[in-house]
Amino acid sequence: MIERYLTVTALTRYIKRKLDTDKHLRTIWLKGEISNFKHHNRGHMYMTIKDQQTRIRAVMFAGNNRFLKFMPEDGMQVLIKGEVSVFEAAGQYQLYIHSMEPDGVGELYLAYEQLKNKLEIKGYFNKEYKKPLPPYPKHIGVITSPTGAAVRDIITTIKRRYPIAQITLIPTLVQGPTASESIKRAIELANKQKDFDVLIVGRGGGSIEELWSFNDEVVVKAIFHSNIPIISAVGHETDTTLADFVADLRAPTPTGAAELAVPSSKQLLEKTNALKNQLNQLLDHQITQYQTVLNRLKNAYAFRYPEHLMRQKEQELDKLIEQLNKLNLQSSQQIQQSFIQLENRLRRSFPKRQFEQAINNYVTLNNRLQKLMTKYMEDKKESLHIMIDKLMLLNPLGVLKRGFSVAYTKDNKIIKKSEQVELNDQISVRISDALLTCQVLNKEEEKNDIGKRDDF
Amino acid sequence: MTSEKEMTFEMAMKELESIVEKLEQGDVEIEKALEYYQKGMELSKICTNKLTHVQEKMVQIMNEQGETLPFEVQED
Repeated sequence: MIERYLTVTALTRYIKRKLDTDKHLRTIWLKGEISNFKHHNRGHMYMTIKDQQTRIRAVMFAGNNRFLKFMPEDGMQVLIKGEVSVFEAAGQYQLYIHSMEPDGVGELYLAYEQLKNKLEIKGYFNKEYKKPLPPYPKHIGVITSPTGAAVRDIITTIKRRYPIAQITLIPTLVQGPTASESIKRAIELANKQKDFDVLIVGRGGGSIEELWSFNDEVVVKAIFHSNIPIISAVGHETDTTLADFVADLRAPTPTGAAELAVPSSKQLLEKTNALKNQLNQLLDHQITQYQTVLNRLKNAYAFRYPEHLMRQKEQELDKLIEQLNKLNLQSSQQIQQSFIQLENRLRRSFPKRQFEQAINNYVTLNNRLQKLMTKYMEDKKESLHIMIDKLMLLNPLGVLKRGFSVAYTKDNKIIKKSEQVELNDQISVRISDALLTCQVLNKEEEKNDIGKRDDF
Repeated sequence: MTSEKEMTFEMAMKELESIVEKLEQGDVEIEKALEYYQKGMELSKICTNKLTHVQEKMVQIMNEQGETLPFEVQED
């Protein structure tokens, strides 16, 4: 037999084929503890599964681990279903995990605890996010299954306690794989309607699996983001779901939720009556108080002895009138006196003497004027007479009286020279007492001019 | 003023409480006190009426489109 050397690859492939053809290794159920757990960021999970004696490397690919209902952790006891094969590149056999669930504690419980932790850290259950419930809701939304005890309990309780309220059922599935989506949609629908004052979300009792939808992150978030206050009512008092933690108020049962949602009409009636009685008492009290004040006022001095008050006032009035009169008199006297003074002053300063003087002056002046005027006139008269006499002496007409005459041409010019007239000219001749119209019949010139004195 | 029909129970109750509070504080003028009293009595009547004379409200069921229909509770 020829010695043949195998390559590592060939050997590894041989071993892998051996393992892969072993039907016992194809599907194995394994129980162990997780260690060296690593969740690669591409989604695959790497870990070691061990017991007290030994260990095996294991991988759970993303395609498988996304169905996990819990997050694996070191030290966790798990039940695994998978197969064994060889990872050629490392030359290692390893366990390929198809599915895995926690051993010991129930899988659901673990998932519940983990989600609760996560949401708690994120603040979903914080008190400051809890919305107050309206004291008198007008419209109540009930999000639950339309059949079963829960819806009946809620509706009958509300109707009994507070029949004024309108109830609207938004039906949902409350168990099964699609229940959580259904509950979430119902909460969102109610918020879209903007008409609800409060919502009751819940279902009747059941196994933990049946209540599971109310632990779903989808439902928790829908409750958290609801603008309408939500009362949770899931199962019985002992069942606490994550929906209960996140709700604005947790009711132990559906009936309890209805009681928390609405006030009791009976109690409200009692309250109304109490308020009414209080009103009556308050008004009585008020009136009594005013009565007391009124009585006190009535008994006051002024009201009991009004005549005293009158007398006093009368007296005061008289005094005032007196004062007034006094003042009046005083002031009128004063006015009169000052009037007299003024009148005297006026009289004193009346300009009579100036008048008399002026009149005297006037008379004197007038007399002088008269005298002067008369004298002047006489003087003038005398000189006029003189003048007239003189004039009389010079008057050519006077000459005429002495027998001279004056001849005039037709155009009334005194004829002084012969050449002024022609023969047969008409001339006028003035004599002392008439004007004669004559004709020049003859002209006989004289050499010696006797009339040298032209002016006469 | 809001009429009785428009006034919700909550409004009436709140106003009634505030009126009682005002009267409790005292030193209210008598006219004002009477006015409050009258108003308070009216409000308490409205509250009582709303609580006692209730028209049976139909329970509704809402479909996914937000439409409502009457709903009967199934008795078993």
